[in-house]
Amino acid sequence: MKALPAVDVVIVGGGWTGLLMAKELGYRSSQSILVLERGPSRESADYANTMDELDYAIRLRMMQDLSQETVTLRHNANKRALPLRQHGAFLPGAGVGGSGEHWNAQCPRFLPDCFELLTQTNDKYGPKALPDGHSVQDWGITYDELEPFYTRVDRLLGVSGKAGNLRGKQIDGGNIFEGWRSEEYPTPPTKMPYFAVLFRDAAKSLGYHPYPAPSATISQSYTNPDGISRGACTYCGFCTRFGCMVGAKAQPTNLLLPIIQKRKNIVLRTGAWVRRLLFDSAPKPVARGVTYIDDRGEEVFQPAALVILASWTFNNTRLLLLSKIGEPYDPASGRGTVGRNLTHQISVPSATAFYSEPLNRFMGSGSAGMLMSDFDGDAFDHRTLPFLRGGHFAARGYGFQPIGSFGVLPRSVETTWGSEWKKAAVSYYDRTGTINFTGEHLAYKSNFMDLDPTYKDKLGDPLLRLTLDWSENERNMVDFTTPKAVEIARAMHAEEINPFGGLRDYDATRYQSTHVQGGTIMGGSPVQSVVNPYLQHWQLPNLFILGGSTFPQNASANPTPTILAFVYRTADALVDSYLKKPGPLA
Amino acid sequence: MRRRHFLTLSAATLGGVLVYSLDRKASLLSSTQKPLRLPLRFFTGTEALIVAAAASRIFPSDDSGPGAREAGVAIYIDRQLAGSYGRDRFRYTQPPFEDAPAVLGYQGKQTPREIYRHGLKSLTGFDLLGPAEQDKALQQIDSSLFFLLLRQNTIEGMFCDPMHGGNAGMVGWQLVGFPGPRMSNYDEIEKYYGKPFRPKPLTLAQVTGRKVRPSEDEP
Repeated sequence: MKALPAVDVVIVGGGWTGLLMAKELGYRSSQSILVLERGPSRESADYANTMDELDYAIRLRMMQDLSQETVTLRHNANKRALPLRQHGAFLPGAGVGGSGEHWNAQCPRFLPDCFELLTQTNDKYGPKALPDGHSVQDWGITYDELEPFYTRVDRLLGVSGKAGNLRGKQIDGGNIFEGWRSEEYPTPPTKMPYFAVLFRDAAKSLGYHPYPAPSATISQSYTNPDGISRGACTYCGFCTRFGCMVGAKAQPTNLLLPIIQKRKNIVLRTGAWVRRLLFDSAPKPVARGVTYIDDRGEEVFQPAALVILASWTFNNTRLLLLSKIGEPYDPASGRGTVGRNLTHQISVPSATAFYSEPLNRFMGSGSAGMLMSDFDGDAFDHRTLPFLRGGHFAARGYGFQPIGSFGVLPRSVETTWGSEWKKAAVSYYDRTGTINFTGEHLAYKSNFMDLDPTYKDKLGDPLLRLTLDWSENERNMVDFTTPKAVEIARAMHAEEINPFGGLRDYDATRYQSTHVQGGTIMGGSPVQSVVNPYLQHWQLPNLFILGGSTFPQNASANPTPTILAFVYRTADALVDSYLKKPGPLA
Repeated sequence: MRRRHFLTLSAATLGGVLVYSLDRKASLLSSTQKPLRLPLRFFTGTEALIVAAAASRIFPSDDSGPGAREAGVAIYIDRQLAGSYGRDRFRYTQPPFEDAPAVLGYQGKQTPREIYRHGLKSLTGFDLLGPAEQDKALQQIDSSLFFLLLRQNTIEGMFCDPMHGGNAGMVGWQLVGFPGPRMSNYDEIEKYYGKPFRPKPLTLAQVTGRKVRPSEDEP
């Protein structure tokens, strides 16, 4: 295999984490940095021509090409996994910017107790409170340690919102249940779609505490500390599954790429499909670099002094397994760390309601709306409830488009085609609104990732296999929260309400969120984790792993700000310590 | 080489050109006199007539507004099947194919093209039946994979950007009050609480001033 000239740093993946790390290292050091992205190149100027629901939201042109590689799934270890042949429950992106291009830009932080979930739950509810078979862990870091990095993320993205807890002081109108913030959001809350206003007023009338959803699709023009300026959102509604036409949404292509392109020490190479990480075990364990298939189809070796794995959750985990780095997790013995603590995020339409007034649902953005966290985390007492933890409700105006949202009807309409159905679907089209619930998914010994014994990718490498299902804690949480949403929908004067029917088997066909986590988790000891809280591999100190794959378990909130906060923290540790004196940071 | 096939639409079946009105009711402005003869990319002429007839029973033209016939749904489906979607260009299609619970998604080997070719055999002569008989024939198959795909593709053809061959004259968008890819609602989003805001729809090409190549036209 041809060996290319060595670089100081090779970064696998050109999405949020890889490009933020490249920007930080590239600006704050003279290291030569190569970013390898397997998808196509992309620039934010491309998005003017992509406001097409069919090609982008239905045919999913920005997502990974599953004909080349997918994952397999089974509900438990006694079943045979089958490939997910088309996209469904999650939508990993492809190309420069990755999923950070087509995201909804929702920017909540995790609750402080999420980072010490095992300790705090045991302290409050006793050691038997967590469900049988759980594998919940502390992260090895506290919210207080992470807060300054969260603040840097908010400034980078220009997040629009209203603080509910400024240095410990509760502020009405913000999220009073959130962790402390050192400063107010960089920009004020977004404009509000009508449905969110109805939700806000109804929730308040019931004594709850709704607040504007934090949004990285910004409410007014803003220049971030890197000197990147963006204009305000125009509420066109083409956010989720699209890149932003006006650049109001924070995306790697508009925040990071312009800076990276100016630096001579950073090279971004697209069409580079990384296949293995190479390492030496002796005389001392060290990562040597990566092999990849280049854009001409030839496999080459790229040596590097520092290897940063910044792919998405699945590929971070899969590359370690394929490269035989670390011990694969074995649920029977509990040994091994690679692949453990696979979590998703509960995301259900708690109450789909039908109103008498038009909602003008085409106007909005992926993150314009109201949230409510009265049933999040441990904001309410669980002692008499059959579950732990919780989540938040959301009433958003995503910007609804007709192919995807036509035909959602009250249960009283029984037909699915023909005149009667059409008449009802036309009539209800703009009078339908959904209160969603997004909840925490605990980690379990039985939910994990390994390599599939049967199915292969385009190169003949085994696919990643997910073993994943919901447990009673999640089912009971949803059964508890659904009636709360129905109560709010009723207070919004809905004419008819479809409550969510409950979580059954994990459904790979219903889109939930692109927030799959775990597999290469962080923690306080190499026995239970793959990386330390600086995201440094326990055995190979020149290998770092970024992204949701490092989260020991899911929190109810969407993960991007937390993922980026950890990238900043790792970048600081690399620049301030590691590059001066390479070696273990923890 | 594939023999050339056409779908011929008469002024009567096309229903004329519809204009938009704020109360959501589409009304007829004028009727084209000459029949339209459209070249087909995938279907035979007979297949296209069956698909057009079936789509217009799923999404009929009636007193609640225009339907699949006016939108050109059959043309839309023909183009989709001829393109990358029809041949499953982006689906994982490696064997073995096994039966699975529905929550793991479609596990079959058949591409959309094959599902249509096979499914249409069960509707031979469908376009020659009266509406009541047509509905009866569709009820026989309305839990089949073919029907579910046809229903989904019919909705797509009603509401896609017209560059894809459906939603002709933006009749679908007018029907539900969708304005298309409207660049800014900044001044309106908080102004129309509880009141309908129904700006005149524009296509993507009209908004950007550029011709956009739809994915079905890519090699």
